[in-house]
Amino acid sequence: MTTSTKPIHGAQTRRTARNWLGPIVVLLLLAFPFILSLLSGQPVDTGTPKFWQGMLIQVFILAVFAMSYDLLMGYTGILSFGHAMFFGAGAYATGILLKHSGWGLAAVLLAVVGVAIVQSVLIGVVSLRVRGVYLAMATLAFAQMFFILAQATDLRAITGAEDGLHGIPVPDWLNPTDQRLTFYFVALLFMVIMYLIARRVVDSPPGRVMVAIRENEARAQMIGYNTFGYKLMAVTLSGVMAALAGFMNALWNLNATPDVLSVETTINALLMTIIGGVGTLIGPMLGAGVYQLLGYWLNATFGPRWPLIIGVIYILLVLFVPYGIVGTWQLRRNDMRAGWARLIRPLRTGLEADTPGATKK
Amino acid sequence: MPETSPATIIETRNVTKHFGGLRAVDGVSLHVAAGAMHSIIGPNGAGKTTLFNLISGYLKPTSGQVLLRGRNITGVPLHRMAHMGIGRSFQITNVFPELTVMENVRLAAQALGKDNYAFWRAADSLRRYTQAAERALLEVGLDAKADVTAGVLPHGDKRRLELAIILAGDPEVLLLDEPTAGMASEQVPSLVAMIARIRTAGNKTIILVEHNMSIVMNISDRISVMHQGRLLAEGNPQEIAANESVQKAYLGEFHDEHS
Ligand SMILES: Nc1ncnc2c1ncn2[C@@H]1O[C@H](COP(=O)(O)OP(=O)(O)O)[C@@H](O)[C@H]1O
Ligand SMILES: [Mg+2]
Repeated sequence: MTTSTKPIHGAQTRRTARNWLGPIVVLLLLAFPFILSLLSGQPVDTGTPKFWQGMLIQVFILAVFAMSYDLLMGYTGILSFGHAMFFGAGAYATGILLKHSGWGLAAVLLAVVGVAIVQSVLIGVVSLRVRGVYLAMATLAFAQMFFILAQATDLRAITGAEDGLHGIPVPDWLNPTDQRLTFYFVALLFMVIMYLIARRVVDSPPGRVMVAIRENEARAQMIGYNTFGYKLMAVTLSGVMAALAGFMNALWNLNATPDVLSVETTINALLMTIIGGVGTLIGPMLGAGVYQLLGYWLNATFGPRWPLIIGVIYILLVLFVPYGIVGTWQLRRNDMRAGWARLIRPLRTGLEADTPGATKK
Repeated sequence: MPETSPATIIETRNVTKHFGGLRAVDGVSLHVAAGAMHSIIGPNGAGKTTLFNLISGYLKPTSGQVLLRGRNITGVPLHRMAHMGIGRSFQITNVFPELTVMENVRLAAQALGKDNYAFWRAADSLRRYTQAAERALLEVGLDAKADVTAGVLPHGDKRRLELAIILAGDPEVLLLDEPTAGMASEQVPSLVAMIARIRTAGNKTIILVEHNMSIVMNISDRISVMHQGRLLAEGNPQEIAANESVQKAYLGEFHDEHS
């Protein structure tokens, strides 16, 4: 368990060689509905193509949620057991405002960001006073507070209590049922933008400080960083990103129910991050895909027992792929590189020695 | 009570640190002259590292004060120390193990700049921090290993990295806690020469804790001897070498000690 939360050597240093991979994946995802339409012979907005668009939309939303968790756990070394509160608050704020305020979608989006900033700063200021397991417990307590609050019968008129909010009105152009393809592209664009922002942040000066805090917080302080401020920044960025995923989730499901605030929701973020590879950003996105697709398949095959099966799979993954998909791949790749280097170096030095005058120019 | 002379850069007034019943540092009043190489010696457990922890803000004294250029800095948050010109290395290597050597040092340079919260900028684009880090790495002779992950460096290189991290912060006062600890003996002279060079070239004050008596006698302007949390004696190397109580109390014991 502890090994899997430890990012591998140089996980965020060498990426330049694969810069073409991202655009190709995005192009494939853009083409995906049409490819499926061709393969299945069904129109792009019906049947199989439509179904699988829905599947991927959920992956995109979960991917952003998992990525936001990775900013905290993977990059800053903050273990939170309450991440659902940001996702859930984003979903609820979206539902409540769309249902009761009459605001447009853009205004609601801004409000969700505002709510998330206030929420994460307040919770960060309180819970970042402690570290490690105590911090995890503090965040869990806060999250449970929201979970209970959402089900409070006194607030039924606003939150729908234990039933949650249903029939959230979404603009016609973005209706997830009638305009599935549009929603698909919006969700894809959303994920890509969130990834680019997250990538920018982790490669920025404060992003490096976040990693330094994960590595050795006392040393980061000694060289001059007020680590509390950076941790608060990480919590806030992560909280806003999770809330935006919750916003998309509410638009997609047209509802917001208490389970978006539950511990299971947090655990899903944790699982997706660990399955994919902690501290890699791409890993949690892949983890979201694995989690969603595997969950679908297991559900279809084993029925309601599927969470048990995924639990077993998770344990096996932690035992045999402790660095997650991306982390393990990076390690293997380094091993392969080292192997090639061992093979090639003697050959090359041998050649240079044999060729007179080939020393340098 | 004597005035702090302008030449004093670091002063402790009666600093004391208790750990439960143990007085690890017990009423130490120390004056360190600006630009000096001031060594602190004493057997294991004498309280040297604890004194460093008090001066560098790692620990708050149970009582007493720490002054920097006459200004009371007792209780100042740890992260302010680097900004006030105090750099500190650790007896037990204390780096960012999963980051590269370059990144370890670059972070120390960046800490003193103004871009620390600029989350929209690429860290690599901030050339001046990279350049400062390159200079520091060159100074300690680690420039060829800039891309190596710090955690896998050989021990001697980790000790150099400790130094480079401090140098990148360009402090006025360097607190070096046994910088040669655990190093292979043939590597020690070059590190000691490096420390001497850093001090003269950069006009810095160095407070050094060092076990090796011949190094201490050669390099120091002034030596303070600690014993059981207290200052036993202070003087220049000749005075310390000639000091009977120091000799009797423990210089002999020192030479026998191998830890
Ligand atoms: N954090 C601590 N908690 C309890 N005791 C400590 C702590 N740090 C140091 N000590 C004790 O204080 C005494 C002085 O230790 P230290 O300052 O490390 O000595 P030195 O660096 O001179 O070898 C030792 O007896 C040590 O065990
Ligand atoms: Mg010590």
